[in-house]
Amino acid sequence: MDFELSEEQNLLKDSVDRFVKENYSSEARIKLSETDLGFSRDHWKQMAELGWLGMPFSEEVGGFGGSAVDTMVMMESIGRGLVLEPFLATVILGGGLVAAAGNEKQIEAIVPEVIEGNMMLAFGYAEVQSRFNLNDVETSATKSGEGYVLNGHKAVVYHGGCADKIVISARTSGNSRDADGISLFIVDKDASGLEIRSYRTVDGQQAADITMSNVTVGADALLGTEGDASPVIEKVVDTAIGALCAEAVGAMTAANEITNEYIKERKQFGVAIGKFQVLQHRMVDMYMEAEQSKSMADMVAMKLDLGYEVDTKKAVSATKAQIGKAAKFVGQQSVQLHGGMGMTDEYSIGHYFKRLSTIEMLFGNTDYHLNRFSNLS
Amino acid sequence: MDLSFRDEDIAFQAEVREFLEKNLPADVKDRYDRGLHPKKEAAVRWQKILNDKGWIAPNWPVEYGGTGWTATQKYIFAQELGRASAPPPIPFGVSMVGPVIYTFGNQEQKDQYLPRILNSEDWWCQGYSEPGSGSDLASLQTKAVRDGDDYVVNGQKIWTSHAQHADLIFCLVRTDSSGKKQEGISFLLIDMKTPGITLKPIIGLDKEHTLNEVFFDDVRVPVKNRIGDENKGWTYAKFLLGNERTSIARIAQSKRHIERLRDIVKQERLNGGYLEDDRDFMRKVNQIEVDLMALEYTELRMLSSIDAGKKLTAEPSLLKIKGTEIQQRLTELLVESLGMYGAPYEALKKYEGSNEMPVGPDYAHGPMAEHLYLKAASIYGGSNEIQRNIISKMVLGL
Ligand SMILES: Cc1cc2nc3c(=O)[nH]c(=O)nc-3n(C[C@H](O)[C@H](O)[C@H](O)COP(=O)(O)OP(=O)(O)OC[C@H]3O[C@@H](n4cnc5c(N)ncnc54)[C@H](O)[C@@H]3O)c2cc1C
Repeated sequence: MDFELSEEQNLLKDSVDRFVKENYSSEARIKLSETDLGFSRDHWKQMAELGWLGMPFSEEVGGFGGSAVDTMVMMESIGRGLVLEPFLATVILGGGLVAAAGNEKQIEAIVPEVIEGNMMLAFGYAEVQSRFNLNDVETSATKSGEGYVLNGHKAVVYHGGCADKIVISARTSGNSRDADGISLFIVDKDASGLEIRSYRTVDGQQAADITMSNVTVGADALLGTEGDASPVIEKVVDTAIGALCAEAVGAMTAANEITNEYIKERKQFGVAIGKFQVLQHRMVDMYMEAEQSKSMADMVAMKLDLGYEVDTKKAVSATKAQIGKAAKFVGQQSVQLHGGMGMTDEYSIGHYFKRLSTIEMLFGNTDYHLNRFSNLS
Repeated sequence: MDLSFRDEDIAFQAEVREFLEKNLPADVKDRYDRGLHPKKEAAVRWQKILNDKGWIAPNWPVEYGGTGWTATQKYIFAQELGRASAPPPIPFGVSMVGPVIYTFGNQEQKDQYLPRILNSEDWWCQGYSEPGSGSDLASLQTKAVRDGDDYVVNGQKIWTSHAQHADLIFCLVRTDSSGKKQEGISFLLIDMKTPGITLKPIIGLDKEHTLNEVFFDDVRVPVKNRIGDENKGWTYAKFLLGNERTSIARIAQSKRHIERLRDIVKQERLNGGYLEDDRDFMRKVNQIEVDLMALEYTELRMLSSIDAGKKLTAEPSLLKIKGTEIQQRLTELLVESLGMYGAPYEALKKYEGSNEMPVGPDYAHGPMAEHLYLKAASIYGGSNEIQRNIISKMVLGL
């Protein structure tokens, strides 16, 4: 057993930390999040050049064959800086699905482009009625000649607006909420009948609602076997949850550091407010929640590298539940301990609070994962 | 002890309900129901309707324009406002400075300001906090120096809500630095148009502009604009804070929010059914409703003890802490009820004057804005940590 990073992982961490330091001052991030795109294509290029966009892909397809622990290392630093580029959406979700379900031709057409930074992806899974149930799919794909016709609505697709291609889960057979009968399609953003409505999200990122009205795709748009996508989706989403939890750990750690510094500096009643015992204990609780979360995020990354069993799924849900609880507590108390300063959009702490709150909800909130944890056996 | 309403009270309740049904403007109701900040024009329009009816200031003494209602009637009125999603008046005039003026002001001040507060002709803001003086309010540094019939004011206020709309600011200023910090403070009423006052907006977490910095640079304020005695301002300031804390509890509005939540869970779909089938979620809704009920009966018990002639000590602090904790948990649950549609969020102005509606179901528009803003509820009006200090000292003797 070993929780220490390898030399390469330390280098990777340093390099992402440097990127964050150079590009993600709090003012720079706010400015960037308010642009139309909501992130920087230059940063994206830089991330490609540094090899990060190829991290989790196998060497055969031009990637670095990185582990879940490597992703965890990157995501933690990304979380510290509240980085806006769509790494999770493009590389982990979209790229992950193509790599896991696609055939050789599809992988060759897409993955190298992702690694080079030329193509962005997103994954549309949630629907208006689905809440967090990945199998609650009403978007339909009907066979038509060689290809399919897609109809339906995907809700709150993170980074759906900037994606060149969108992976869509759709039902090819069965009833809504059946695990069987779900298929994955990779659809061009310009496909006729596809309508993308992009908007900002509370955490400074962007998402889109995507409507499909008779979107015709060829047989080559199908990723994997027809009707069998549910297990692939579950696995890739669980991998994404592992990455997201690492992001949360980075964000919590940064929020705690900023808050800790603030209560040492800020004086009221003639002393630093950090001298008040109630705030000391609160800060200690915040620190402990972040530590507990870090342990879980490390554990889940290592487990994901060992395979994908029921036990792994349980670990993912346990981690998400711990991190959901901790993220809310740390985010909210960071604002509270800053007083009025915590309420301004100019100052960084509120942005950590907002990202941490959305992380709690993404891919299933705390209640959802506690239930999943208890139902998996 | 007796919980029941008398016949007169039941008739009064019907009268208030009918009045609100007929007179509450739909736009005002919609915005308040969603938990969005009021627009000045709409708030004034609604407040004038209340004033025409004579119901704008139930807590004021009759001689100044109050209603003369019993505690039960005031309670019924507040409940009915909440039930109808009718906003109570913006607090800075009616609930904050008004009572200070009729309690400690002179006749001229009463004549000049009170009618204009009642009729919403003056919009007030509160100049208490400063960059270096938040929780430790009494350490405030904005200086007022006597020069003939004027004070000359220099300094800075911060977090001044709605100052950009305000005609007047009630301000705590330092008139003496020699003794205890509480003993050198005066309470001034200042016209916002006076030369030397400048504003700088602060954009909040919710991307809205309600907060401001207010700078005073050689601002001349007539001495006759001082409330009560020089250097006695702290007494008036604390009197005001007690009223502010009680009004922050907003129990009736929280009740209405629970109703909204119970509406949403019937529409929000889950596994082929509705969110109302989710026992984990509903347990949280029920828990908050019970907490709110406990708070409501605590408030009633306090009101009754005031009627019985007892003096309050730190009870407003209890109402403030519990009331704001409930508001925060409630808006958090409202956001949670929306599932993924809790995430989309843009500043309101994006939709103003456009036909475009925010994405997602109609009820998803509002909860996040309010949730973000209400993070401040445990900070403003004296933070909840400070309120706990007050209770521990004044009630528990610790
Ligand atoms: C949305 C909003 C609207 C506001 N509107 C107005 C307004 O209209 N007019 C106005 O004058 N002010 C207004 N305020 C200011 C508000 O009253 C102050 O923010 C508040 O008093 C806290 O002061 P501070 O922000 O300086 O925080 P600080 O006093 O610096 O407090 C920071 C943290 O330290 C804690 N703390 C401080 N002292 C102690 C202690 N002794 N023991 C334990 N913990 C302590 C606090 O609880 C808080 O968690 C508003 C604030 C907000 C956020």
